[in-house]
Amino acid sequence: MNYDTIVVGGGLVGAAVAHGLGRLGEKVLVLDEGDVAFRASRGNFGLVWVQSKGEGMPEYARWSRHSADVWPDFSEELQEQTGVDTAYHKAGGVHLCLSEEAWERQSALIKRMHNVHGSDYGAVMIKRDELIKMLPGIGPEVVGASWSPHDGHASPLYLLRALHESITRFGGAYRNEARVENIEKDGSGYRVTTAAGSFKGAKVVLAAGLGNRKLGPLVGLEVPVFPQKGQILVTERTEMKFSMPTVFIRQTDEGSFLLGDSHEDAGFDLTSRTGIMADIATRAIRSFPFLKDLRLVRSWAALRVMSPDGFPIYQQSDSHPGVFSVNCHSGVTLAGAHARTLAPMIARGRLEEPMSAFSTERLNVQAH
Amino acid sequence: MNACDLAIIGAGPAGMAAATEAANAGLSVILLDEQPAPGGQIYRGIETVPEERRKLLGPDYGKGLSIAQAFRASNATYIPEATVWNINPDLSIDYSRNGGSSQISTRHLLIATGAVERPTPMPGWTLPGVTTAGALQILLKAHGGVGDDVVLVGSGPLLYLLAQQMIEAGGPPKAIIETIDRSHYLKAARHLPRALSALSYLRKGMAMMRQIRRAGVPHYTGARDIRIEGAQRAEAVCFSAHGRAHRIETTSVALHQGVVPNQQATRLLGCDHVWSESQRCFIPKLDAFFESSVENVFVAGDGAGIAGANSAEIRGRIVALRVAQKLGDDKGTQIRALQKKLSRDEAIRPFLETLYAPSDEVMVPHDDVLVCRCEEVTAGAIREAVDLGAPGPNQIKSFLRSGMGPCQGRMCGLAVSSIIAERRKENPQSIGYYRLRPPLKPLLLSELAQLEREPTRDEPL
Amino acid sequence: MFKRINAPKNGKVSFTFEGRSIDAAPGDTVASALMLAGETHFRDTPVSQSQRGPFCLMGVCFECLVEIDGVPNRQACMVAVREGMSVRRQKGAIGVEIE
Repeated sequence: MNYDTIVVGGGLVGAAVAHGLGRLGEKVLVLDEGDVAFRASRGNFGLVWVQSKGEGMPEYARWSRHSADVWPDFSEELQEQTGVDTAYHKAGGVHLCLSEEAWERQSALIKRMHNVHGSDYGAVMIKRDELIKMLPGIGPEVVGASWSPHDGHASPLYLLRALHESITRFGGAYRNEARVENIEKDGSGYRVTTAAGSFKGAKVVLAAGLGNRKLGPLVGLEVPVFPQKGQILVTERTEMKFSMPTVFIRQTDEGSFLLGDSHEDAGFDLTSRTGIMADIATRAIRSFPFLKDLRLVRSWAALRVMSPDGFPIYQQSDSHPGVFSVNCHSGVTLAGAHARTLAPMIARGRLEEPMSAFSTERLNVQAH
Repeated sequence: MNACDLAIIGAGPAGMAAATEAANAGLSVILLDEQPAPGGQIYRGIETVPEERRKLLGPDYGKGLSIAQAFRASNATYIPEATVWNINPDLSIDYSRNGGSSQISTRHLLIATGAVERPTPMPGWTLPGVTTAGALQILLKAHGGVGDDVVLVGSGPLLYLLAQQMIEAGGPPKAIIETIDRSHYLKAARHLPRALSALSYLRKGMAMMRQIRRAGVPHYTGARDIRIEGAQRAEAVCFSAHGRAHRIETTSVALHQGVVPNQQATRLLGCDHVWSESQRCFIPKLDAFFESSVENVFVAGDGAGIAGANSAEIRGRIVALRVAQKLGDDKGTQIRALQKKLSRDEAIRPFLETLYAPSDEVMVPHDDVLVCRCEEVTAGAIREAVDLGAPGPNQIKSFLRSGMGPCQGRMCGLAVSSIIAERRKENPQSIGYYRLRPPLKPLLLSELAQLEREPTRDEPL
Repeated sequence: MFKRINAPKNGKVSFTFEGRSIDAAPGDTVASALMLAGETHFRDTPVSQSQRGPFCLMGVCFECLVEIDGVPNRQACMVAVREGMSVRRQKGAIGVEIE
C-alpha cells in the first residue's frame, strides 16, 4: 500500500497535520509509539493563546493569531464530523499581574506586541477595578492584567481524540507501537521502517516531537529541539465559575481547575517534584485565594518540545524532497494553523510563505 | 533531615511485624498508617474490639492482637492517621496529618499497603446498597454491624469467611451466589497434592463450608449474567444458574472476586511489575527478600502478591532482617528459616487461586457496564477507544478520562487493562497499567502551598 | 438494613445528617454510623448526578464523599464521628465562594 503522506508522530502536531491532509483527500498513515511515549500532548495546558506569543519573531505572532482566527471553524467542523467536543471557548484570556513591577513589565510587552500585530491586535491592559468585574475572586495582590479577546482554551485531550477520530473517518490509517527506525528513498517516494513493519509513502512529515532530533538527520534535516519539563496540577471538580482562562489557571468543562506553568530543565526526567508543586499552588492561591480550599486530585509532568529560541521549527528537506519536519510547543494553539494552512502546503509539496521564517536557518545551524 | 533506617507504610500484619523485628534489631523505624489504630484491614479494630465480638470473628482474627501488642511494645515510631500522598525518588515521603503536610526521609522503604478488592464491574454495581464483601467485613469487625438481608455474590475465601462470621454474629446472609466456573474445580484438583501440605487451611475451609450449609443459607453455584436491579438503590440481584433465571430481593449486595495488590505506591515509584496469570493481577517484581526493582524499596504483605495474613507477617519479618543485613548485621540463618516457613504457608495458594479465579464476566464486562465509577466510563467506550488506536491505559485515560477521578484509578485500573488486553488479543503484561503520579490521595492546595517551594521562574508575578 | 449486634456500651455520639439527628457509637466512622442508621445515599456524582453510597469502607473508592461541617468531598469512611458534627450529602461538584 502506498500512502500520499506518512506522518511520524500521533500527538497533537502530527494528528493536526494528518487531519488537515485527510481533509484534502490525501491517503494518510500516522505512525505512533506505544502507551508510554513522552507525548507532550498529554501534558499540554490547553490554551489557545495569542497575546504574548512571538516577541522577537513577528511571523510567529501572526501565525499564532492566524491559528486563533481559524480555531472556531476548525473546532466546529471537528465536532460535526466526529461528535467530539474539543471544549474550545474563545472567552478571551488574561495575564494577571500581582505587583506594580509585573504590571509595568506586562504593559511594556503589550505595547511592543501592539507594534508587531498592528491595529487589530486587540490586547489591552486592565486595572484591578475593571478586572474584578470580569474575574471575581482575584486576590488582594492583583494589580491588574493584560487581556486579549483572541485568547481562549480547549481540552488538549479531547482535541487529540477528535483529531484521531477524524483521521480515521477521512480514511486515514493509524498504527501504534510503530516507533520509526529508518527512513530511506524508495523510487519516487520513501520507505519508513518501524517496529511494526515498513510502509511506503510519497511524502513524509516528521512530527515526532523530541524524536525529530534523531529522525531529522536520516532525511537531511537538523532539528535542534530539547526537553523542558512542565508540571500541572488538577483540582477536584467545582461548580462552573470561569470561562476565561489566565495564563496559568483555567477551569475546564469538567469543573476542575488546571494550574501550572513550571519551566524546568530536567532532561528527560518526568518526576513530579513536591517543591515545584508547592510553588504552583502558592502562585495560584495568590491569584485566586478561594483555590486554597480545593483539593489537588491529580498532577502530571510532561516535556515541552523547545527550540533554542522558543519558536516553532518548520522545515522541508533539500536532499529529500517531500520530507518535512514540524516542531512546536504550542500544539493546541497552533492546531488550527497546522490543519488549515500548513497541511495544504504539505499536500502541495512545498512550504510557502510565511514558513521560511521558521526554518532553522534563523538559528545558524548548518544543514547537511 | 535525618533519614531513618526503615520507613514502613501500612500497619497491617506485614508492616507491624517488620517494624517490630527491625526495631528489635536496633534499627530506627518509622511506620506511617492511614488508620487511627494498628491492624490494617485484616486486623481492623483489633485493639478495641470487645472480647465477645473478637471471639465470634474467629481465632485467625484474634491472632492480630499479639502482633499489635508486640508492635506497640517495640521502639518503632508509629505515626497513625497519616495519609501518604507522595514518595520521592530519594525515598523522602510526604504525608498529610491533621490538616498539615510533613516529610520524613528514609534509607529503606517497606511498602506494606496490602490489597484492595478486585474491581468487579457488572450491571448495577454503582447503586447505593452495593458494597464490596470487605466493606461488610469492616463494618462487622470495627463497628459491630451486620445486615439482615445481605446477598453475597462472587467467589473467593473471603466470601465464605464473611458468611461464617455473619452467621456467628446472628445475621446470616440471605443467599450466597457463587460465580465459580465448573472447570475451575478440575483445574484446581491438580494443585491439591501441594495444598495438602497446608492441611490446616484446607480443614478450616471445609469447616467453614459445613457451617454455612448447616445454617441453611441458600447457596447458588455456577451463577452467570449477574445484574443488580434498582431504581435509586439496590433492590434485587438477578442471575442465571444451571439454566434457570433467579431474582433475589435485597437491600444489600456484597461483591467479591478476590483481592489484588494495591499498586498505587509501587507504580508511583516506578517499580517493575509483572502480570500474574494465576492471580490475574499485576504484582511488583521482587527478589527472594522482597526488594523491588527500585533499590532499597521493599514490598511485603499482600501488596507483594496475595498470600494472606500469616504470609504477610513472615514476609514483613524477612524484609526487616534483610534491611538489618544490608546495614551490616548477619541475619542469614534467621532469614532462611523464615523463607522455609513462608514456602509451607503459601503451599495452599495455587489451589485457591485456580479454584477462585475471577469470572470472565467481571474481567471483560459487557459494553454497557460502567467500569470507571468516578468518571462514569463504560466498557464499550473503552473498546471503541481501543479500536480508534489507543494502545494502552494511559491513552485510554486521556481519551476518556477513566482513572482521572478522585479514586485515581484504584477501582478501574485492572479492569481497564484487562479490557484493552482482551480487545487487542494481547497479554495484560504488554498492555501495562496507568502511570501514577502524586498525589496518591487528594490533598488541599493550602496544605501543598505550606511546603518549601522550588520556584522555576525568575520574574515576579 | 444494618444493625449493631450489641448495643454500644461506652455512651453515644450524636450528629446530624441532612438535619436528621443520628446516634452513633464512639469509634464509629461517619460512614459506618450512617449505614447503621439506615442511610445508603451519600452523594450524587458530578458527572451524571446519579446516587452513590459507600462501597469499600477502606478509603479506596471515594464513593462515600460527604460534606462535613461545611467542608466538601470528605471520605465518610475515614472520618471518626464527633459530637455535634453536621453532615450533608455531597451534591455533585463542590461549590466555591469567590466573593
